[in-house]
This record gives sequence, structure tokens and C-alpha cells, in this order.
Amino acid sequence: MATIVVDVMLKPEILDPQGNAVASALPRLGFTFATSVRQGKRFEIVVDGEPTAAQLAEVEKAAEVLLSNPVIETYSVRVEN
Amino acid sequence: MRVGVITFPGTLDDRDATRAVNVGGATAVALWHGDADLKNVDAVILPGGFSYGDYLRCGAISRFAPVMKLVIEAAGKGMPVLGICNGFQVLCESHLLPGALTRNSDLHFLCRDQEIEIVNNTTAWTNSFSAGEKITIPLKNGEGSFQCDDKTLAKLEDNGRVIARYVGKNPNGSRNLIAGITNQRGNVVGLMPHPEHAIDPLTGPTAQGLGFFTSILNAMVK
Repeated sequence: MATIVVDVMLKPEILDPQGNAVASALPRLGFTFATSVRQGKRFEIVVDGEPTAAQLAEVEKAAEVLLSNPVIETYSVRVEN
Repeated sequence: MRVGVITFPGTLDDRDATRAVNVGGATAVALWHGDADLKNVDAVILPGGFSYGDYLRCGAISRFAPVMKLVIEAAGKGMPVLGICNGFQVLCESHLLPGALTRNSDLHFLCRDQEIEIVNNTTAWTNSFSAGEKITIPLKNGEGSFQCDDKTLAKLEDNGRVIARYVGKNPNGSRNLIAGITNQRGNVVGLMPHPEHAIDPLTGPTAQGLGFFTSILNAMVK
């Protein structure tokens, strides 16, 4: 079994109010390390055995069509064992 | 004239939209998200709510409902389509309209009576208004901030495709105070505030939302 991870993030130019809210909450709790925070989504897709090139291509397609909205988001696909 | 009102799982405003269509003078026809048949309607409304629980992104799952395949085809042939609130989100996810609706800039769910200005009164859904007419209708959403890239924004502005703007303080961070847009042809309109909740002063802040539902009759007569 392997896990294909798809990370989806808002494009840098798109306002991220949730990330901003987290960024402003951190210093209130004494965490002063962050200059900015962006919040995204992570999908974990489990497949049998090592993912084939064809499966990864399918996941890329799904990431573009369903998992992300290319108007406002970018995605990246990787395999985690 | 028959105006379809689509119900997805999680749709809230289909009953008010149905009533608004009937009060406006057309006949509302209930359509179900799983229908593979538009029941000979002349126009379609995608009402507000939380279709598919807003899972993934607002409108992202609804876009793939069987009925949407037919709506997208019919819209391409010129059938009038109005998406209100969640319906607007579905139209953007379907690529019938450009851009996307994202989280309100202050993160709060808004529910208020909002003044908007009708800036394009030539579409199938806005021709009952005069250009520059200001109306007050409810605005209620958590993800109503209209976003798009600079190129898309310039294209919308240069071609008169912004149909309504918020008046006063920007309620949700929408670019250029955009409350609603249309496609190039003017048959598909997306609107964040809710005209269907303002068709009778007894239950709404005004009856000024009714113009959207009488416009569609004019559009068909033309």
C-alpha cells in the first residue's frame, strides 16, 4: 500500500483570511516566529502497491478537475510510503 | 414560460426562488440535481444554500451533478441561467462564469440587508432595472468574496460584465465591490446577494429583488 498525497494551496495572490487569522492568533499565544501563514488542504489517497505512472497521471488529472480549483489554487502530487 | 429551480442536497433557498418566479409571472418547475432532464424549461435558477454541505469547496461537487451537464449545455446555447449565492459558486466552479468566491475577508458569516447598484441592465436577468438603480436585498454568506486575476478583472470591467456592485463599505473583500457578473452573451448571471428574499415587503426588506424575476419574462418576449 502506498499513499499519494495531494497538497492544495491558494495561489499567492489570493487573499487567505484563514491563514491571516492563524497568523494573528499565534503571537497572542506567545508564538512569535511567524511572519506569515497560509492555510491549505492535504488529500491522502491510498492505492494498492506502488503507484504506477498511469495512476499518478490520473491523480494529477483529478487534482486539476476536482481536488483544486485552478482559478484560485495550485496543487502538488507526491508519493509517501 | 417555465423557469426551472434546481434543488441539490443542502439547497436552502429553492422554495423562496420558486415563489419569486411565480410572483414574477413565470411558472416555476422543480428540478432535482439527479435529473437527467430539464423538463422543457426556458430558463434555470440555481438557488442559494450549502449544496453537498459545501464539502471540498462551495459548489465543487454540485458542478458534477447530472442536471448540471444539461444546464452547462443549455447555457452554451443561450438559455438564461441565474445562480444566486451558492448558485453563483456553482456557476464559477462549472466555468460558466470566470473567477471564484472565497472566504469573506473578515471570516464572518454575513447576514444583512445590503444595498447594491445595478450597473448592467441589459442581461436576461437585470433588464427590468434602470442602469445605476440602487436596490436593497439580503446578503447572507460566508464565502462571498469575488476573486479573479487582474486579466480576468480587466476583461469583466472592459466588457460591462459586472452587473451589480456593493454600495458603501466592501462587505466581503470582493474585488472592485463586485456583487454579480455575467458571461459575454449576457444569458448567465451570478449574484451573491438574494433577490428571492426581497419580493414582498411583508417578509423582505423591500420588494426590489422582484426585478430579477420579471426581467426573465422580458428576455423571453424579445
